[in-house]
Amino acid sequence: MAFQVLALVIVGAVGAGAVGTGLGVRILTAKAATAITVTGVGLAFLASLVLAGAYVQNPEPQAFTLYHWGPGSFGMKVGFLVDSLSVVMVVVVTLISLLVHVYSIGYMRGDPGYVRFFAYLSLFTFAMLLLVMADNFLLLFIGWEGVGLVSYLLIGFWYTRARAPSAGLKAFLVNRVGDLAFLLGMGALLATAGSLDYAAVFAQSETLAQQPSPFSGLSALSLICLFLFVGAMGKSAQVPLHVWLPDSMEGPTPISAMIHAATMVTAGIFMVARLSPLFEGSEVALNLILLVGGVTALSMGLIGLVANDIKQVIAYSTLSQLGYMTLALGASAYAAGIFHLFTHAFFKALLFLAAGSVILAMHHGQDIRQMGGLGRRMPVTASTFAIGSLALVGMPGFAGFFSKESIIEALAHSDLLLAPPAYFLALAGVAVTGLYSLRLWWYVFQGAPRSPQAEQAQEQDSTLVVPLVLLAMLTLVVGFGVEAFLYGGLLGDALVVHAAHDTLARMAEGWTGIGGAILHGFATPAVWLLGLSLLGGYFLYAKGYADELAPNLTRLRSILLRKYGFDVFYENWVVRGARAVADACARTGDQRMIDGFVVNGTARAARRAAAALRLLQSGVLGHYALAMLLGLIAALGYLLLRG
Amino acid sequence: MSLLSLMIWTPVAAGFAALLLQDLAVVRRWSLAVSLFVFALSLVAAAGFDPAGGYQWQYQASWIPAFGIHYHLGVDGLSLPLVVLTAFIGMLAVLTGWDAATRHTAQFFAAFLMLEGLLIGVFCAMDAALFYVFFEAMLIPMFLIIGVWGSDNRIYAAVKFFLYTFLGSVLMLVAFVYLALQSESFRITDWHALPLSSLEQTWLFLALLLGFAVKVPMWPVHTWLPDAHVEAPAAGSVVLAAVLLKIGGYGLLRFCLPVVPDASLALDGLVIGLSLVAVVYIGFTALAQTDMKKLIAYSSIAHMGFVTLGLFILYRLATETAMLSVSGAIVQMISHGLVSAALFVCVGVLYDRRHSRNIQDYGGVLETMPVFGALFVFFALANAGLPGTSGFVGEVMVILATFQAGWWLAAAAATAVVLGAAYSLWMVRRVVFGPAEHAEVQAFQDLSGREMLILGALAVPVLGVGLWPAPLLDLIEPSVAQLIDQAQAFKAGEGP
Repeated sequence: MAFQVLALVIVGAVGAGAVGTGLGVRILTAKAATAITVTGVGLAFLASLVLAGAYVQNPEPQAFTLYHWGPGSFGMKVGFLVDSLSVVMVVVVTLISLLVHVYSIGYMRGDPGYVRFFAYLSLFTFAMLLLVMADNFLLLFIGWEGVGLVSYLLIGFWYTRARAPSAGLKAFLVNRVGDLAFLLGMGALLATAGSLDYAAVFAQSETLAQQPSPFSGLSALSLICLFLFVGAMGKSAQVPLHVWLPDSMEGPTPISAMIHAATMVTAGIFMVARLSPLFEGSEVALNLILLVGGVTALSMGLIGLVANDIKQVIAYSTLSQLGYMTLALGASAYAAGIFHLFTHAFFKALLFLAAGSVILAMHHGQDIRQMGGLGRRMPVTASTFAIGSLALVGMPGFAGFFSKESIIEALAHSDLLLAPPAYFLALAGVAVTGLYSLRLWWYVFQGAPRSPQAEQAQEQDSTLVVPLVLLAMLTLVVGFGVEAFLYGGLLGDALVVHAAHDTLARMAEGWTGIGGAILHGFATPAVWLLGLSLLGGYFLYAKGYADELAPNLTRLRSILLRKYGFDVFYENWVVRGARAVADACARTGDQRMIDGFVVNGTARAARRAAAALRLLQSGVLGHYALAMLLGLIAALGYLLLRG
Repeated sequence: MSLLSLMIWTPVAAGFAALLLQDLAVVRRWSLAVSLFVFALSLVAAAGFDPAGGYQWQYQASWIPAFGIHYHLGVDGLSLPLVVLTAFIGMLAVLTGWDAATRHTAQFFAAFLMLEGLLIGVFCAMDAALFYVFFEAMLIPMFLIIGVWGSDNRIYAAVKFFLYTFLGSVLMLVAFVYLALQSESFRITDWHALPLSSLEQTWLFLALLLGFAVKVPMWPVHTWLPDAHVEAPAAGSVVLAAVLLKIGGYGLLRFCLPVVPDASLALDGLVIGLSLVAVVYIGFTALAQTDMKKLIAYSSIAHMGFVTLGLFILYRLATETAMLSVSGAIVQMISHGLVSAALFVCVGVLYDRRHSRNIQDYGGVLETMPVFGALFVFFALANAGLPGTSGFVGEVMVILATFQAGWWLAAAAATAVVLGAAYSLWMVRRVVFGPAEHAEVQAFQDLSGREMLILGALAVPVLGVGLWPAPLLDLIEPSVAQLIDQAQAFKAGEGP
């Protein structure tokens, strides 16, 4: 009962804030909008803390239905599930959302769309909460599409710009390709399991693994998992459906922090973890997940080496880290994936918000080549950014170390076919992460200022600084949750892992506590690689060898600058191809064939026939008389012959 | 007089009365009052309706006894939602046309009132001859609305509209007469039990299909619709898209499935194939349009593809899933009625200000018309099937159910998820967002109170059905269940 009330308070408070602000977008003052939305999210955050406390006291998963959405027999309902996974997600989502709300008060001050911005922010949080708290696929999908919608609206937030609305449209359409696959996955579930309710579906996972699918060699369960994972690839921006995320940086920076780093993009990761009882039954799907995750983790990090927009660098870093989360799922280390999602939410939100502080100080300049020396002028931003970066690269003792190291170790323990290559991709990714992080840090905060704005840059006011400091402190501590997440069974009741895949259980045997993990960390290849890459980065970027090296690497650089050609390919082949097909359907199919030939052709033929028949009506009496005579003869002849 | 008769004949009589009124102010208030009254009656009918009770509000009188023709009215769960939709749209059409007619104003409103009454008649008729009379009579006011108050190329469009529909309905009449001769009755329910050879059924099915396919419209007999929409005044487009197209889906539901079940079963592949062509091919065609009304017209055809798909896929599904797909098809009809009507009102709003339907004549409308822009984006998203709007409900039910019949059928249908978003939101991108470059756009005034009332009234049920479709589903499901029982019995060879 208590769980139900709390869950409804969480969803209701945020929803009411969003709807209230949205309806009053024309009349509310900035202050009123702030008060409404921040109260809503704040209340939700408090309620989620209470819920977490209550759940620790009484760790019994509970599902309950608010109302039946559609036909009762298929589990199409608005129903919520309170278990360890949803509780963790709810706490993370409401906390990050609250901090971003507060930060946005300062960041968006004076923007004509201020009220609208806060309405969107709360609406987004609402959709994300539905997604993580759903107890069935339908509500999950509703939240899933809801975050996609708000992302579309927020990327295109500055709608009078030429590029922002197009970036929003691109994000929505790429996401929809994933959603198409997700829908087919749900269709497959309905056809085979007859329900969209998690519990009902999970109970049948064994039988689904035995059922054949229309594709030979693939079980029904594998087909379902493959469809669903393609959906996750869209939302969690995995190669090749990643192209929308870098463009999404057209939106305001707080959005980049919240949606495109900490929450929405993690939806796919969450979904796969939530559906671990299904994915565990399909090694085909797990291998694909390893492949996609590994390729994303390394290839996207490499682009971060050549990007010059501060937000773009962080965006590519996000893509790469999402690749790591995906790798964890593939290695059946779901808890490690969720844990990396958890730490990443904090340090990536921190990095983005610190970047936002830099961008404001630079008067909306985002090119890191124009920056330099900001460390002295903006000490709080710089030190928080440093904490975020250390967490990101996985320096022992910092958050990212615990989460990423566990993923790499899990890959080493996995027996799946594609685990070894995935392991090497993940290791190489660590080195790349070190390089681009050091480059970013050096270009922005060290050295001499390279523009007048950089010379004048100043720390921003407290609504921006306080969330930074809070997030930095949280970033420092969240890593220590590793024992609870991975080995303490924090997510135990929500995740299902088959013994044959249980990499975390194998790792638990070697686990000697936090201190031991840090010490052991210095002996792992990942940390050695990190050290080497940081050293290399120092020479490359601080000592300036990168500029000397660049002319020798033009081929590689141009591949990276063209982002492997994905955008060009989609633009030239997919978009143009679709438009060519569209033109062919409209002009050749509809206008020329159906309308031109059949419809108007019939009309022309009718007119010609009429013209021919009109000749019969000559008006000359003799012709009529002749016709009557012939008709009479024919009639008589017929009667005579028949008789 | 029965309630349904009142709903049919009040607007028709009021339409004739309107012809006598000369003053525009009086005639439009009169029309609004009448349509409000009819809408209120439709709500009364819905309030007194028991979903489990089959046909209700019946009224029966002998009409032409020599041929067994009755004046027989009644509504069940399949027709009641459409009756309420018609009354609702009829009211909004009057509001949409409030300032539209510059000449023959009395006739303009009279045509709309009569059209409303006749459309309600189509959905209430339980006798095929009566159905046919309403079906044909309704063409006349629609023909006039396009032909008299349309734009430049209106005569071509009106004649095309009339010839297309008339051609279809002639074949439909032949089928009706044949069925009546066999059963000695025109009552539709009497035809359910009629033993017909499969050859007879096939010919009847094809005749009925052609008649209704033109109305839906299904590919390849659809090309009258874009022309009719482009030329019709906004209010005409609203009724055409929201209600007229539904007669096609309703006819298939009422006549093809229960009356010629063997042929429906044998030829379901034909209809499914045509439906998927509508979804995919027409979806692409919509993408290429530069005229907003044409774009929405093509989008209508693609959306109606889900209706025909959802109805005819039922033979390939288990009972429960078939319930899902047929109910989904009906919800899709209602939802499309609301969403496409709203989009045509939106285009009308723009047309009133700029006198252009071309997408490239706009851009940055949100800057000068924020309220309109927000509503336009909302309805475009509903058109793209966003969850939380009615557009999602029908589509998702049909796609999910279809998977059972074949993954590739579902995959083809699901392309609408991407295509629908592409053409709807790309239009929005070019019309609403971006900088306002045209001087005319910079001078736009935001929505008037009347325009806001229309769009607001449409937004409420779009959201309502989207957030909580269960009440609507509860209303239609018993009737759907009956239909499916019959159909599946035939499939199992247990039919009469």
